[in-house]
Amino acid sequence: MTPALSDASSTVFRDPPLLELRGATRRFGGILALNDVSLSIGKGEVVGLIGPNGAGKTTFVNVVSGLVRPDAGQVLLEGRRIDGLPADRIARGGIARTFQVVQPFPRMSAIDNVAVGAMFAGGIGDPAAARHEARELLAFVGLESVQDRPAAALTLADRKRLEFAKSLAMKPRFLMLDEVNAGLNAAELDSALELVARVAGTGITILLIEHLMKVVRRACPRTVVLHQGRVLADGPTAEILADPRVVDAYLGVRDRARRPGIEPRRDLA
Amino acid sequence: MRGLLLPLLSGVALLAAAAFATLAGDAYALRLATTLCLYIGLASSWNVIGGFAGYPSFATAAFFGIGAYAGSVLQAGYGVAAPLAWLSGGIVAALLAAGLGYCILHLRGHYFAIASLVVADVLREVANSWISLTNGGMGISLPLLSIGVEDQARLYFWVFGAVAALSVAAAWLVDRGRLGFALRCVEQNETAALMLGVDTRRAKRAALVLSSLAPGIMGAVYASWVSYIDPTDAFDVLLSVKPIIMALLGGVGTVAGPVFGAAAFLALEELFWRNLLELHEGALGLLVVLLVLFLPGGIRLVRPRRLLAFRPLAKPGRTP
Repeated sequence: MTPALSDASSTVFRDPPLLELRGATRRFGGILALNDVSLSIGKGEVVGLIGPNGAGKTTFVNVVSGLVRPDAGQVLLEGRRIDGLPADRIARGGIARTFQVVQPFPRMSAIDNVAVGAMFAGGIGDPAAARHEARELLAFVGLESVQDRPAAALTLADRKRLEFAKSLAMKPRFLMLDEVNAGLNAAELDSALELVARVAGTGITILLIEHLMKVVRRACPRTVVLHQGRVLADGPTAEILADPRVVDAYLGVRDRARRPGIEPRRDLA
Repeated sequence: MRGLLLPLLSGVALLAAAAFATLAGDAYALRLATTLCLYIGLASSWNVIGGFAGYPSFATAAFFGIGAYAGSVLQAGYGVAAPLAWLSGGIVAALLAAGLGYCILHLRGHYFAIASLVVADVLREVANSWISLTNGGMGISLPLLSIGVEDQARLYFWVFGAVAALSVAAAWLVDRGRLGFALRCVEQNETAALMLGVDTRRAKRAALVLSSLAPGIMGAVYASWVSYIDPTDAFDVLLSVKPIIMALLGGVGTVAGPVFGAAAFLALEELFWRNLLELHEGALGLLVVLLVLFLPGGIRLVRPRRLLAFRPLAKPGRTP
C-alpha cells in the first residue's frame, strides 16, 4: 500500500515527526468532532491548540491519548501507528495528558496520586521509589506543603498543579495540557506558565490546549486553530492570531460580548 | 503504621479464637470458630475485587459452588485424596474467574453486579441438569475421613483457619503492592488510571482471580465438612450476599475490615437465629439497608457523638 511506501521513503531522509495525524476523523452521532485533521509536531516543539467551544480540541486530545478511537485516519508516534491501541499502552508509550476537568484519585494523598504516574508509566516499579519521585515532582510544581492531603481536599488551582505533576511523573515524550490554566487567577496563571516553560526546557514536546489567546501568545511559538473539527490555520502564533479568518471563527462576528473568557478583539492584533 | 497494626490485631484475634475453640473442646464453640474462619476467608476475598477495585461482585457463590462440586466430584467419583481435591476446588474456581474476567469486567457498577449475580444461577442449573457428573438434584455424598468425629471437627477448623489466614495475608500483600495501587486507581477513577498507564483490564482480572481462590478451596472443604452437597446448597445466593455485608460492616477496602466484619456478622447472625428464628432473614435485610444508608464506611467509622447527632456519615464519593 502507498502509505507504507511513503513511510519508508520519508524515514530515509529525516526522522519522523514526534506526533503525526493523518486525516484523523471522529464522528459523534451526526457531528464531525474531528474532520480530516492532518498535523505533525516535531520533537521539542511547544504548540498551542486553540478554537472556540465545540471546535474539537478535547476530541483531539482524546483521540491522541487513545480514550476515543478515530473513525478514520491515523495517529503516529515517532512514525509508529498508535490509533486503536488501548489508552494505557499509549500512556506507557510516552503520551501524557491532563484533563480539562481535573481527574484526581480523590481519596489518595497527593503523593500517591503522582506516584501512580511514576509507577505505571514512568518506569519506577517500586512503590517507595515512586513516592520519592512523587515528592520531588510535587516540590517542583509547588505542592510540597499539601503533599499528604487527599486530592479531594486541595483547592482547584492545586488540583490543576497536581494533574500537571501526575503527567510529569510519567516521563512523557509528548505532553498535552488541556486547559490547565482555566479558572486560575493572574498570579496563578503566571506561575503555571512558568512551569510550562521549565518543562519545555527539559525537552518534552508540549501541546497547550487553550481558550485564552494571551496564554498561547506568551507560551507557544506555533499555534494550530481548530474550527468545527477542521484545522483552520496552522503557523507562527503572531501570524495566526492576526489572521482575519481566525478572528471571525473564534469570536464570531456578533456575539463577542456574550463569550466570557475570550478577550476583546484589540487584544488579538 | 496503620497498615501493619490492623492485620496483626486480626491475626491475634484469630489465634485467640482458635485457642478458645480447641481448648474448650466444645462442639458448638468449635463450629462457630470454623464458621468464623469460613466467613473471614469469603469476606476478605470479596474485598479484593469488591473493596479494593470497587467492582461489586456477586460471584462468590459461583466460586464457592464450583469449588464444592470440583472437590466432591474428584473425591466421590475419582477417589482423589481430600487435600488434593480441596486445592483443585480453588484452581477450578480461579479458571472460572479468569474466563469470567474476560467476559464481564468491562461492565461497570450495577451492570457488573447483575452479570456476576447470574453466574451462580447458571452454574446451579448446570449442576442440576448434568446428572452424569453431578448426580443432579440428588446431590453428592462424600466419603468420610477415617478419623474420629471430634478430630474431624478440629481438622476442619484448622483447614478453614489456614485458608482464611492465607486470604487475609494475600489481601495485605495486594494492599501494599503495585496491584493494590492499580486497584485503588480503578476504584477511584478508572479513566484517569488508564491515562496514567495503569493496565486496568489486567489489574481487574488479577483481582477477580485472587478473589475466587479462597472461596473455591473453601467450597471444596465445606463439601467434605458437611459430607453432602446439592446444587441449592452449593450455589446459595446468600454465599454471595453475606461476604458483602461483612465487608460493609467492617470497612470496605481495608485489610482488617472484612475480618472484623465477619466476626460482627457471625455474632449478629447467632443473635438473630436464637431470638428471631422466623424473622432472622428479614432482620438481616434490615441491617443491610441501615448499613448502606448510615455506615457506608463500616463500623470502624462509628463515633459515639456522631451517633447521638443521628446524621448520615459522608459517603466516600465515587467519581464516574
